Amino acid sequence: MKRGVLFTAAAVLVAAAFAGEIPLAERRSGYDFMSRETRAMQDDDATNPGMLWVLEGESLWNRKDGERSCADCHRDAASSMKGVATRYPSVDATGRLLNLEQRINACRVERQKVPALAFEGRELLALTAYVTRPSRGLPIEIKVDEKVRPHLEAGRTAFHRRQGQLNLSCAQCHDERSGIKLAGNTIPQAHPTGYPIYRLEWQGVGSLQRRLRNCYIGVRAEPYAYGSPEFVELELYLMWRARGMKLETPAVRP
Amino acid sequence: MARTVVNMPAQAKRGEIIEIKTLAGHTMETGFRHSERGEAIPRDIITQFVCTYNGVEVFRAELSPAIAANPLITFTTVATESGTLEFKWLGDKGFTAAHSAKLNVV
Amino acid sequence: MTSRREFLVLACGALSGAAQAQLPPDIGAKRKAAAEEALRKITGGAPLRSGRVKLDIPPLIDNGNAVPLTVTVESPMTQAEHVRAIHVLTERNPQPNVVSAHLGPRAGRASITTRVRLADTQTVTAIAQLSDGSFWVDRVPVVVTLSACLEDGLI
Repeated sequence: MKRGVLFTAAAVLVAAAFAGEIPLAERRSGYDFMSRETRAMQDDDATNPGMLWVLEGESLWNRKDGERSCADCHRDAASSMKGVATRYPSVDATGRLLNLEQRINACRVERQKVPALAFEGRELLALTAYVTRPSRGLPIEIKVDEKVRPHLEAGRTAFHRRQGQLNLSCAQCHDERSGIKLAGNTIPQAHPTGYPIYRLEWQGVGSLQRRLRNCYIGVRAEPYAYGSPEFVELELYLMWRARGMKLETPAVRP
Repeated sequence: MARTVVNMPAQAKRGEIIEIKTLAGHTMETGFRHSERGEAIPRDIITQFVCTYNGVEVFRAELSPAIAANPLITFTTVATESGTLEFKWLGDKGFTAAHSAKLNVV
Repeated sequence: MTSRREFLVLACGALSGAAQAQLPPDIGAKRKAAAEEALRKITGGAPLRSGRVKLDIPPLIDNGNAVPLTVTVESPMTQAEHVRAIHVLTERNPQPNVVSAHLGPRAGRASITTRVRLADTQTVTAIAQLSDGSFWVDRVPVVVTLSACLEDGLI
Protein backbone atom coordinates (compact mmCIF):
# COMPACT_ATOMS: atom_id res chain seq x y z
CA MET A 1 0.00 0.00 0.00
CA LYS A 2 2.74 2.41 1.07
CA ARG A 3 4.78 1.57 -2.01
CA GLY A 4 1.77 2.26 -4.17
CA VAL A 5 1.33 5.69 -2.60
CA LEU A 6 5.02 6.45 -3.01
CA PHE A 7 4.90 5.33 -6.61
CA THR A 8 1.92 7.53 -7.37
CA ALA A 9 3.51 10.46 -5.58
CA ALA A 10 6.69 9.98 -7.60
CA ALA A 11 4.69 9.81 -10.84
CA VAL A 12 2.85 13.02 -9.93
CA LEU A 13 6.14 14.73 -9.10
CA VAL A 14 7.66 13.56 -12.37
CA ALA A 15 4.64 14.82 -14.29
CA ALA A 16 4.75 18.13 -12.43
CA ALA A 17 8.47 18.47 -13.17
CA PHE A 18 7.76 18.37 -16.88
CA ALA A 19 4.76 20.67 -16.67
CA GLY A 20 6.78 23.74 -17.75
CA GLU A 21 7.42 22.43 -21.28
CA ILE A 22 6.80 24.96 -24.03
CA PRO A 23 3.56 24.21 -25.91
CA LEU A 24 4.28 23.05 -29.46
CA ALA A 25 2.63 26.05 -31.07
CA GLU A 26 4.67 28.51 -29.02
CA ARG A 27 8.07 27.16 -30.00
CA ARG A 28 10.35 29.68 -31.66
CA SER A 29 13.73 29.21 -33.25
CA GLY A 30 16.67 31.19 -31.90
CA TYR A 31 16.49 32.95 -35.25
CA ASP A 32 13.49 34.91 -34.05
CA PHE A 33 15.41 36.28 -31.08
CA MET A 34 18.32 37.64 -33.09
CA SER A 35 18.95 41.09 -34.43
CA ARG A 36 17.98 41.88 -38.00
CA GLU A 37 21.64 42.01 -39.01
CA THR A 38 22.50 38.56 -37.65
CA ARG A 39 19.44 37.15 -39.40
CA ALA A 40 20.62 38.71 -42.65
CA MET A 41 23.97 37.00 -42.17
CA GLN A 42 22.21 33.64 -42.01
CA ASP A 43 19.79 34.25 -44.85
CA ASP A 44 22.32 35.19 -47.52
CA ASP A 45 24.48 32.24 -48.62
CA ALA A 46 26.94 34.71 -50.09
CA THR A 47 27.66 36.23 -46.68
CA ASN A 48 26.90 33.30 -44.37
CA PRO A 49 30.33 32.32 -42.98
CA GLY A 50 29.00 28.80 -42.32
CA MET A 51 29.08 28.29 -46.08
CA LEU A 52 32.88 28.12 -45.89
CA TRP A 53 32.43 24.89 -43.95
CA VAL A 54 29.74 23.61 -46.30
CA LEU A 55 32.10 24.26 -49.19
CA GLU A 56 34.89 22.36 -47.49
CA GLY A 57 32.44 19.57 -46.72
CA GLU A 58 31.67 19.30 -50.40
CA SER A 59 35.29 18.63 -51.28
CA LEU A 60 35.53 16.11 -48.43
CA TRP A 61 32.40 14.38 -49.73
CA ASN A 62 34.09 13.93 -53.09
CA ARG A 63 37.50 13.01 -51.74
CA LYS A 64 38.57 9.39 -51.89
CA ASP A 65 39.32 8.18 -48.38
CA GLY A 66 40.61 4.66 -48.37
CA GLU A 67 39.06 2.97 -51.37
CA ARG A 68 36.16 5.28 -51.93
CA SER A 69 34.61 8.66 -51.32
CA CYS A 70 31.21 9.41 -49.81
CA ALA A 71 30.10 10.32 -53.31
CA ASP A 72 30.97 6.88 -54.66
CA CYS A 73 28.10 5.36 -52.65
CA HIS A 74 25.85 8.30 -51.90
CA ARG A 75 26.25 10.15 -55.19
CA ASP A 76 24.84 13.68 -55.16
CA ALA A 77 24.33 14.79 -51.55
CA ALA A 78 21.70 17.35 -52.51
CA SER A 79 19.30 14.50 -53.21
CA SER A 80 20.66 11.49 -51.32
CA MET A 81 21.06 13.39 -48.06
CA LYS A 82 17.79 15.27 -48.30
CA GLY A 83 15.84 14.71 -45.08
CA VAL A 84 18.57 12.64 -43.45
CA ALA A 85 19.64 15.18 -40.84
CA THR A 86 16.01 15.65 -39.73
CA ARG A 87 16.01 12.13 -38.33
CA TYR A 88 19.13 12.20 -36.18
CA PRO A 89 20.06 11.13 -33.49
CA SER A 90 18.65 7.70 -34.27
CA VAL A 91 19.16 4.07 -33.33
CA ASP A 92 20.99 2.14 -36.03
CA ALA A 93 20.60 -1.48 -37.10
CA THR A 94 23.00 -2.68 -34.42
CA GLY A 95 21.04 -0.91 -31.69
CA ARG A 96 23.42 2.00 -31.09
CA LEU A 97 22.08 5.52 -30.61
CA LEU A 98 24.11 7.68 -32.97
CA ASN A 99 24.08 11.35 -33.80
CA LEU A 100 24.92 12.46 -37.32
CA GLU A 101 28.62 12.93 -36.60
CA GLN A 102 28.82 9.43 -35.19
CA ARG A 103 26.86 8.07 -38.15
CA ILE A 104 29.37 9.66 -40.54
CA ASN A 105 32.25 8.21 -38.56
CA ALA A 106 30.58 4.79 -38.50
CA CYS A 107 30.41 4.93 -42.30
CA ARG A 108 34.09 5.85 -42.49
CA VAL A 109 35.23 3.10 -40.15
CA GLU A 110 32.90 0.33 -41.31
CA ARG A 111 32.38 1.08 -44.99
CA GLN A 112 35.35 3.15 -46.11
CA LYS A 113 37.71 1.37 -43.70
CA VAL A 114 39.39 4.61 -42.69
CA PRO A 115 39.81 6.16 -39.23
CA ALA A 116 37.03 8.19 -37.70
CA LEU A 117 37.35 11.97 -37.87
CA ALA A 118 37.96 13.76 -34.56
CA PHE A 119 34.91 15.28 -32.88
CA GLU A 120 34.82 19.04 -33.27
CA GLY A 121 37.64 18.93 -35.79
CA ARG A 122 37.22 21.06 -38.88
CA GLU A 123 36.80 18.11 -41.24
CA LEU A 124 33.99 16.43 -39.31
CA LEU A 125 32.22 19.75 -38.84
CA ALA A 126 32.53 20.53 -42.54
CA LEU A 127 31.29 17.12 -43.61
CA THR A 128 28.40 17.23 -41.14
CA ALA A 129 27.44 20.72 -42.31
CA TYR A 130 27.52 19.56 -45.92
CA VAL A 131 25.42 16.48 -45.14
CA THR A 132 22.89 18.54 -43.17
CA ARG A 133 22.56 21.37 -45.69
CA PRO A 134 20.23 19.49 -48.06
CA SER A 135 17.73 19.27 -45.20
CA ARG A 136 17.51 23.05 -44.81
CA GLY A 137 13.88 24.06 -44.66
CA LEU A 138 12.69 20.55 -43.79
CA PRO A 139 10.92 19.76 -40.51
CA ILE A 140 12.70 17.78 -37.80
CA GLU A 141 11.21 14.26 -37.65
CA ILE A 142 12.40 12.14 -34.75
CA LYS A 143 10.60 8.78 -34.76
CA VAL A 144 10.03 7.31 -31.33
CA ASP A 145 9.80 3.51 -31.06
CA GLU A 146 10.65 1.09 -28.22
CA LYS A 147 14.35 1.26 -29.10
CA VAL A 148 14.43 5.06 -29.01
CA ARG A 149 12.11 5.62 -26.05
CA PRO A 150 14.52 4.76 -23.20
CA HIS A 151 17.13 7.13 -24.68
CA LEU A 152 14.55 9.84 -25.12
CA GLU A 153 13.44 9.52 -21.49
CA ALA A 154 17.06 9.65 -20.33
CA GLY A 155 17.55 12.83 -22.37
CA ARG A 156 14.36 14.34 -21.00
CA THR A 157 15.41 13.59 -17.44
CA ALA A 158 18.81 15.17 -18.08
CA PHE A 159 17.12 18.29 -19.46
CA HIS A 160 15.13 18.68 -16.25
CA ARG A 161 17.89 17.82 -13.83
CA ARG A 162 19.48 20.58 -11.77
CA GLN A 163 23.24 20.49 -12.04
CA GLY A 164 26.44 22.38 -11.50
CA GLN A 165 27.45 24.88 -8.88
CA LEU A 166 24.66 27.15 -10.04
CA ASN A 167 22.27 24.25 -9.57
CA LEU A 168 20.24 25.03 -12.67
CA SER A 169 18.48 22.71 -15.08
CA CYS A 170 18.19 23.33 -18.82
CA ALA A 171 14.43 23.55 -18.35
CA GLN A 172 14.63 26.38 -15.85
CA CYS A 173 16.18 28.72 -18.40
CA HIS A 174 15.01 27.35 -21.71
CA ASP A 175 11.50 26.13 -20.91
CA GLU A 176 10.42 28.40 -18.10
CA ARG A 177 12.37 31.59 -18.78
CA SER A 178 12.95 31.75 -22.50
CA GLY A 179 12.23 35.16 -23.94
CA ILE A 180 13.43 37.12 -20.94
CA LYS A 181 16.84 38.74 -20.70
CA LEU A 182 19.96 37.37 -19.07
CA ALA A 183 22.94 39.74 -19.03
CA GLY A 184 21.54 41.79 -21.90
CA ASN A 185 20.72 38.84 -24.14
CA THR A 186 17.41 37.12 -24.67
CA ILE A 187 17.30 33.53 -23.42
CA PRO A 188 16.41 31.35 -26.42
CA GLN A 189 14.23 28.26 -26.24
CA ALA A 190 17.25 26.15 -27.21
CA HIS A 191 16.01 24.30 -30.28
CA PRO A 192 18.88 22.76 -32.26
CA THR A 193 17.56 23.82 -35.64
CA GLY A 194 20.79 25.13 -37.11
CA TYR A 195 23.61 22.76 -36.29
CA PRO A 196 26.46 22.62 -37.15
CA ILE A 197 26.15 26.28 -36.41
CA TYR A 198 28.24 29.40 -36.99
CA ARG A 199 28.35 31.13 -33.66
CA LEU A 200 29.67 34.69 -33.55
CA GLU A 201 30.92 33.91 -30.05
CA TRP A 202 33.07 31.10 -31.47
CA GLN A 203 33.89 32.91 -34.70
CA GLY A 204 33.57 29.54 -36.33
CA VAL A 205 31.30 26.57 -36.82
CA GLY A 206 30.64 24.17 -33.96
CA SER A 207 28.46 21.22 -33.09
CA LEU A 208 25.48 20.96 -30.79
CA GLN A 209 27.69 19.15 -28.30
CA ARG A 210 30.06 22.07 -28.20
CA ARG A 211 27.12 24.29 -27.36
CA LEU A 212 25.96 21.85 -24.70
CA ARG A 213 29.42 21.85 -23.18
CA ASN A 214 29.24 25.66 -23.04
CA CYS A 215 25.94 25.36 -21.21
CA TYR A 216 27.39 22.91 -18.72
CA ILE A 217 30.35 25.20 -18.12
CA GLY A 218 27.85 28.06 -17.87
CA VAL A 219 26.18 26.47 -14.86
CA ARG A 220 29.60 25.38 -13.60
CA ALA A 221 29.01 21.70 -14.09
CA GLU A 222 31.64 19.28 -15.34
CA PRO A 223 30.82 18.83 -19.04
CA TYR A 224 30.69 15.36 -20.57
CA ALA A 225 33.30 14.45 -23.18
CA TYR A 226 32.44 14.79 -26.86
CA GLY A 227 30.60 11.75 -28.10
CA SER A 228 29.49 10.62 -24.68
CA PRO A 229 26.14 8.79 -24.59
CA GLU A 230 24.71 11.30 -22.13
CA PHE A 231 25.16 14.07 -24.70
CA VAL A 232 23.72 12.04 -27.53
CA GLU A 233 20.63 11.31 -25.41
CA LEU A 234 20.28 15.00 -24.62
CA GLU A 235 20.66 15.80 -28.33
CA LEU A 236 17.92 13.26 -29.06
CA TYR A 237 15.60 14.88 -26.54
CA LEU A 238 16.34 18.38 -27.86
CA MET A 239 15.65 17.33 -31.45
CA TRP A 240 12.45 15.58 -30.40
CA ARG A 241 11.44 18.68 -28.42
CA ALA A 242 11.96 20.65 -31.63
CA ARG A 243 10.02 18.15 -33.81
CA GLY A 244 8.25 19.82 -36.68
CA MET A 245 10.52 22.87 -36.60
CA LYS A 246 12.51 23.51 -39.74
CA LEU A 247 16.24 22.98 -40.01
CA GLU A 248 18.26 26.10 -40.80
CA THR A 249 21.76 24.69 -41.18
CA PRO A 250 24.17 26.37 -41.45
CA ALA A 251 22.56 28.84 -39.07
CA VAL A 252 24.23 31.89 -37.53
CA ARG A 253 23.78 32.77 -33.88
CA PRO A 254 25.37 35.42 -31.61
CA MET B 1 44.66 26.30 -49.81
CA ALA B 2 42.28 28.32 -47.65
CA ARG B 3 38.60 28.23 -48.41
CA THR B 4 37.19 31.21 -50.25
CA VAL B 5 33.75 32.00 -51.58
CA VAL B 6 33.11 34.65 -54.20
CA ASN B 7 29.63 35.65 -55.24
CA MET B 8 29.20 37.79 -58.31
CA PRO B 9 27.14 37.59 -61.47
CA ALA B 10 28.54 35.54 -64.35
CA GLN B 11 27.27 38.05 -66.85
CA ALA B 12 26.63 41.80 -66.92
CA LYS B 13 25.86 44.62 -69.33
CA ARG B 14 28.69 46.90 -70.32
CA GLY B 15 28.84 49.79 -67.87
CA GLU B 16 26.71 47.98 -65.27
CA ILE B 17 27.93 48.17 -61.68
CA ILE B 18 28.19 44.67 -60.21
CA GLU B 19 28.36 43.78 -56.54
CA ILE B 20 30.98 41.25 -55.47
CA LYS B 21 30.71 39.46 -52.13
CA THR B 22 33.75 37.59 -50.89
CA LEU B 23 34.35 35.33 -47.91
CA ALA B 24 37.69 33.90 -46.78
CA GLY B 25 38.17 31.25 -44.12
CA HIS B 26 40.61 32.64 -41.57
CA THR B 27 40.53 32.91 -37.78
CA MET B 28 41.96 36.45 -37.80
CA GLU B 29 43.82 35.93 -34.53
CA THR B 30 44.05 39.44 -33.12
CA GLY B 31 47.31 39.23 -31.24
CA PHE B 32 45.56 40.62 -28.16
CA ARG B 33 44.44 37.32 -26.70
CA HIS B 34 46.21 35.26 -24.07
CA SER B 35 46.33 31.51 -23.69
CA GLU B 36 45.07 29.69 -20.62
CA ARG B 37 48.55 30.04 -19.15
CA GLY B 38 48.74 33.78 -19.74
CA GLU B 39 50.98 33.65 -22.79
CA ALA B 40 50.22 36.10 -25.57
CA ILE B 41 48.85 34.46 -28.70
CA PRO B 42 50.65 36.08 -31.64
CA ARG B 43 48.75 37.97 -34.32
CA ASP B 44 47.79 35.97 -37.39
CA ILE B 45 45.49 37.85 -39.74
CA ILE B 46 44.78 38.52 -43.37
CA THR B 47 46.38 41.91 -43.96
CA GLN B 48 45.45 42.62 -47.57
CA PHE B 49 42.78 41.84 -50.11
CA VAL B 50 43.19 42.77 -53.78
CA CYS B 51 40.92 42.39 -56.76
CA THR B 52 42.28 42.72 -60.29
CA TYR B 53 40.17 42.81 -63.42
CA ASN B 54 42.03 41.60 -66.50
CA GLY B 55 45.21 42.39 -64.66
CA VAL B 56 44.24 45.90 -63.52
CA GLU B 57 43.75 46.51 -59.81
CA VAL B 58 40.20 47.69 -59.20
CA PHE B 59 39.92 47.29 -55.45
CA ARG B 60 42.27 46.89 -52.52
CA ALA B 61 41.63 46.69 -48.79
CA GLU B 62 44.00 46.72 -45.85
CA LEU B 63 42.62 44.65 -43.00
CA SER B 64 43.39 44.85 -39.29
CA PRO B 65 42.75 42.60 -36.28
CA ALA B 66 39.46 44.47 -35.96
CA ILE B 67 38.07 42.62 -38.96
CA ALA B 68 35.93 39.70 -37.83
CA ALA B 69 37.00 36.11 -38.39
CA ASN B 70 36.24 34.61 -41.78
CA PRO B 71 36.33 38.05 -43.35
CA LEU B 72 33.50 39.21 -45.52
CA ILE B 73 34.38 41.94 -48.01
CA THR B 74 31.68 43.26 -50.33
CA PHE B 75 32.50 45.86 -52.92
CA THR B 76 31.50 46.95 -56.42
CA THR B 77 33.13 47.29 -59.80
CA VAL B 78 32.02 48.43 -63.24
CA ALA B 79 31.62 45.69 -65.87
CA THR B 80 33.91 47.17 -68.50
CA GLU B 81 34.80 44.17 -70.67
CA SER B 82 34.65 40.38 -70.61
CA GLY B 83 37.46 38.72 -68.80
CA THR B 84 38.73 37.36 -65.52
CA LEU B 85 38.58 38.82 -62.05
CA GLU B 86 41.34 37.61 -59.75
CA PHE B 87 40.99 37.83 -56.01
CA LYS B 88 44.00 37.57 -53.72
CA TRP B 89 44.23 37.48 -49.96
CA LEU B 90 47.61 37.96 -48.21
CA GLY B 91 48.38 37.74 -44.55
CA ASP B 92 50.71 37.00 -41.67
CA LYS B 93 52.90 33.91 -41.69
CA GLY B 94 52.98 33.93 -45.48
CA PHE B 95 49.26 33.33 -45.81
CA THR B 96 47.91 33.46 -49.34
CA ALA B 97 44.61 32.56 -50.91
CA ALA B 98 43.36 33.14 -54.41
CA HIS B 99 40.16 32.83 -56.35
CA SER B 100 39.30 33.70 -59.89
CA ALA B 101 36.00 34.20 -61.65
CA LYS B 102 35.02 34.88 -65.22
CA LEU B 103 32.76 37.75 -66.15
CA ASN B 104 30.97 37.87 -69.47
CA VAL B 105 30.16 41.44 -70.48
CA VAL B 106 27.49 41.91 -73.13
CA MET C 1 41.25 20.13 -22.84
CA THR C 2 41.68 21.76 -19.38
CA SER C 3 42.15 19.64 -16.28
CA ARG C 4 40.27 20.59 -13.15
CA ARG C 5 43.49 21.88 -11.57
CA GLU C 6 44.22 24.06 -14.58
CA PHE C 7 40.68 25.38 -14.46
CA LEU C 8 41.09 26.41 -10.82
CA VAL C 9 44.44 28.07 -11.52
CA LEU C 10 42.94 29.94 -14.41
CA ALA C 11 39.92 31.00 -12.39
CA CYS C 12 42.02 32.29 -9.51
CA GLY C 13 44.46 33.85 -11.93
CA ALA C 14 41.65 35.63 -13.70
CA LEU C 15 40.45 37.05 -10.40
CA SER C 16 43.87 38.32 -9.41
CA GLY C 17 44.62 39.45 -12.93
CA ALA C 18 47.76 37.33 -13.03
CA ALA C 19 46.63 35.16 -15.92
CA GLN C 20 45.99 38.17 -18.17
CA ALA C 21 48.20 41.15 -18.91
CA GLN C 22 46.89 43.90 -16.65
CA LEU C 23 45.58 46.97 -18.42
CA PRO C 24 46.84 50.37 -17.20
CA PRO C 25 44.21 52.52 -15.46
CA ASP C 26 44.36 55.21 -18.17
CA ILE C 27 43.72 52.73 -20.98
CA GLY C 28 40.66 54.64 -22.17
CA ALA C 29 42.63 57.83 -22.69
CA LYS C 30 45.50 55.93 -24.32
CA ARG C 31 43.24 54.27 -26.86
CA LYS C 32 41.47 57.51 -27.65
CA ALA C 33 44.85 59.16 -28.24
CA ALA C 34 45.85 56.29 -30.52
CA ALA C 35 42.62 56.78 -32.48
CA GLU C 36 43.32 60.47 -32.89
CA GLU C 37 46.86 59.70 -34.05
CA ALA C 38 45.53 57.20 -36.59
CA LEU C 39 43.12 59.84 -37.84
CA ARG C 40 45.94 62.36 -38.18
CA LYS C 41 47.95 59.84 -40.19
CA ILE C 42 45.09 59.51 -42.64
CA THR C 43 44.21 63.18 -43.04
CA GLY C 44 47.64 64.73 -42.52
CA GLY C 45 45.87 67.33 -40.43
CA ALA C 46 43.41 68.32 -43.17
CA PRO C 47 39.96 69.35 -41.88
CA LEU C 48 37.20 66.76 -41.58
CA ARG C 49 33.86 67.70 -43.11
CA SER C 50 30.52 66.19 -42.16
CA GLY C 51 28.35 64.74 -44.87
CA ARG C 52 28.58 62.65 -48.05
CA VAL C 53 29.82 59.59 -46.20
CA LYS C 54 27.40 57.33 -44.40
CA LEU C 55 28.35 54.64 -41.90
CA ASP C 56 25.70 51.95 -41.54
CA ILE C 57 26.14 49.94 -38.38
CA PRO C 58 23.49 48.57 -36.02
CA PRO C 59 23.09 50.76 -32.92
CA LEU C 60 22.64 47.73 -30.65
CA ILE C 61 24.81 44.71 -31.25
CA ASP C 62 24.20 41.03 -30.47
CA ASN C 63 27.84 40.14 -30.24
CA GLY C 64 30.86 42.35 -30.73
CA ASN C 65 32.70 39.57 -32.54
CA ALA C 66 31.12 40.12 -35.93
CA VAL C 67 29.35 43.42 -36.49
CA PRO C 68 28.18 44.10 -40.05
CA LEU C 69 29.25 47.52 -41.27
CA THR C 70 28.68 49.32 -44.55
CA VAL C 71 30.19 52.60 -45.64
CA THR C 72 28.76 54.42 -48.65
CA VAL C 73 29.89 57.75 -50.08
CA GLU C 74 27.93 60.04 -52.37
CA SER C 75 30.17 60.44 -55.39
CA PRO C 76 29.80 60.26 -59.19
CA MET C 77 32.90 58.03 -59.21
CA THR C 78 34.22 59.56 -62.41
CA GLN C 79 37.88 60.06 -63.22
CA ALA C 80 37.46 63.73 -62.32
CA GLU C 81 35.58 63.21 -59.10
CA HIS C 82 35.73 60.00 -57.11
CA VAL C 83 36.46 58.44 -53.75
CA ARG C 84 40.09 57.43 -53.36
CA ALA C 85 39.76 55.61 -50.08
CA ILE C 86 37.44 54.73 -47.23
CA HIS C 87 38.86 54.32 -43.73
CA VAL C 88 37.18 53.06 -40.57
CA LEU C 89 38.48 53.72 -37.07
CA THR C 90 37.43 52.87 -33.52
CA GLU C 91 38.29 54.59 -30.25
CA ARG C 92 38.01 51.74 -27.75
CA ASN C 93 39.48 48.71 -29.55
CA PRO C 94 43.03 47.68 -28.59
CA GLN C 95 44.23 49.33 -31.80
CA PRO C 96 42.27 51.98 -33.72
CA ASN C 97 42.43 50.87 -37.36
CA VAL C 98 39.65 48.73 -38.73
CA VAL C 99 39.88 48.76 -42.50
CA SER C 100 41.17 50.95 -45.31
CA ALA C 101 39.66 50.37 -48.74
CA HIS C 102 41.20 51.83 -51.87
CA LEU C 103 38.71 52.49 -54.62
CA GLY C 104 38.73 54.62 -57.76
CA PRO C 105 36.49 55.33 -60.75
CA ARG C 106 36.34 51.63 -61.65
CA ALA C 107 34.33 50.95 -58.52
CA GLY C 108 31.26 52.54 -60.04
CA ARG C 109 29.87 53.11 -56.59
CA ALA C 110 31.69 54.02 -53.39
CA SER C 111 30.45 51.32 -51.07
CA ILE C 112 32.07 48.64 -48.95
CA THR C 113 30.62 46.12 -46.53
CA THR C 114 32.47 44.00 -44.03
CA ARG C 115 32.14 42.59 -40.50
CA VAL C 116 34.16 44.07 -37.68
CA ARG C 117 35.04 43.41 -34.08
CA LEU C 118 34.05 45.94 -31.49
CA ALA C 119 35.59 45.52 -28.06
CA ASP C 120 33.18 47.77 -26.25
CA THR C 121 30.36 50.25 -26.51
CA GLN C 122 31.94 53.14 -28.44
CA THR C 123 31.82 55.49 -31.40
CA VAL C 124 32.89 54.16 -34.78
CA THR C 125 34.27 56.61 -37.33
CA ALA C 126 34.20 56.35 -41.13
CA ILE C 127 36.36 58.66 -43.24
CA ALA C 128 36.10 59.16 -46.99
CA GLN C 129 39.12 60.48 -48.84
CA LEU C 130 38.11 62.13 -52.11
CA SER C 131 40.08 62.69 -55.27
CA ASP C 132 40.09 66.45 -54.67
CA GLY C 133 41.98 65.90 -51.42
CA SER C 134 39.02 66.56 -49.12
CA PHE C 135 38.08 64.35 -46.16
CA TRP C 136 34.53 63.63 -45.05
CA VAL C 137 33.49 61.93 -41.83
CA ASP C 138 30.58 60.10 -40.24
CA ARG C 139 30.59 58.97 -36.61
CA VAL C 140 28.11 56.48 -35.14
CA PRO C 141 27.83 55.47 -31.48
CA VAL C 142 27.08 51.79 -30.89
CA VAL C 143 26.15 49.73 -27.85
CA VAL C 144 27.80 46.32 -27.68
CA THR C 145 26.42 43.47 -25.61
CA LEU C 146 27.80 39.97 -25.27
CA SER C 147 26.37 36.50 -25.03
CA ALA C 148 25.31 35.63 -21.51
CA CYS C 149 27.19 32.35 -21.14
CA LEU C 150 30.75 32.87 -22.31
CA GLU C 151 32.92 29.92 -23.19
CA ASP C 152 35.93 31.54 -21.48
CA GLY C 153 38.33 29.46 -23.56
CA LEU C 154 37.33 26.27 -21.76
CA ILE C 155 36.10 24.40 -24.79
